[in-house]
Amino acid sequence: MLAVTAIAIIAMRNILSVIMLGGIYSLLSATFFVLLDAVDVAFTEAAVGAGISTVLFLSALAATGKHQALTRKNHIIPVFVVLVTGAGLIYSTSDMPAFGDPNAPVHTHVAPRYIQQSGEEIGIPNIVTSVLASYRAFDTLGEVAVVFTALIAVLLLLGLNRGSRQDKS
Amino acid sequence: MSVRKNPILLESSHLLIPAILLFALYVQFHGDYGPGGGFQAGVIFASGIILYTLLHGTKRAEKVISLNTAKVFAALGLLLYAGVGVFGIILGGNYLDYNVLAHDPVHGQHWGILIIEFGVGITVAGVIISIFYAFAKFKK
Repeated sequence: MLAVTAIAIIAMRNILSVIMLGGIYSLLSATFFVLLDAVDVAFTEAAVGAGISTVLFLSALAATGKHQALTRKNHIIPVFVVLVTGAGLIYSTSDMPAFGDPNAPVHTHVAPRYIQQSGEEIGIPNIVTSVLASYRAFDTLGEVAVVFTALIAVLLLLGLNRGSRQDKS
Repeated sequence: MSVRKNPILLESSHLLIPAILLFALYVQFHGDYGPGGGFQAGVIFASGIILYTLLHGTKRAEKVISLNTAKVFAALGLLLYAGVGVFGIILGGNYLDYNVLAHDPVHGQHWGILIIEFGVGITVAGVIISIFYAFAKFKK
């Protein structure tokens, strides 16, 4: 399903349909995350990927044009780069531990400690929240700073800041 | 726009928007117990405001929450988060160490997580609302 949607996105020329398919792609990934028991990630994917990104893309589309400009550039080099990167990624998956392998590094490093002791140390049932907000609070602070920086960048680019409005008028 | 005069859309949005905002608060403060947390809650809250903006236009939406208010909230959330860290230092712990925030470590962790998740929530909501306003006003 994901692959079919992705191929449809590549084939489309109408950006509106591409954005809609992007939302569908996000929703499909969200169901995929639910299957992997990652409900928190699925929740975020459904809300951000399928919801907000689609709306923001649509509002960006309203400010630009509906159709993709046909380019007459040579596509051989980009296709080559994508193929080489994709082949490298597929090759490197052969080094990954099997899905669900209990001896995989991700299950033997810090995860057992989180599962066994976060109840005593943090005292809240959702381990994802314990990890995100307490054990990895620095990372989350960084993420929030990134979100805030994105706002500053968008406001600067769209020129809605009070300073730049005065410059124009 | 004709969308804004469609009675079905208007009425169903009037039913939906309070539920969306309430659900955002539920996701925000129930994040310790179930899936959810500040990021998701902020996005859901912002989507409620965005739905209102789509139907009523930026002028009426800005009476609910203006671009400047949203920007201030975005900054406040980040400050709140970083401030909890600094407060921990003042109380004698490390930066972002919640153990010192209350009389015993587990309670401190509860407080810390609740407050920083709230900071995350208002930053994300503020940022998304502001970005949406920025795009919505861009054409004018």
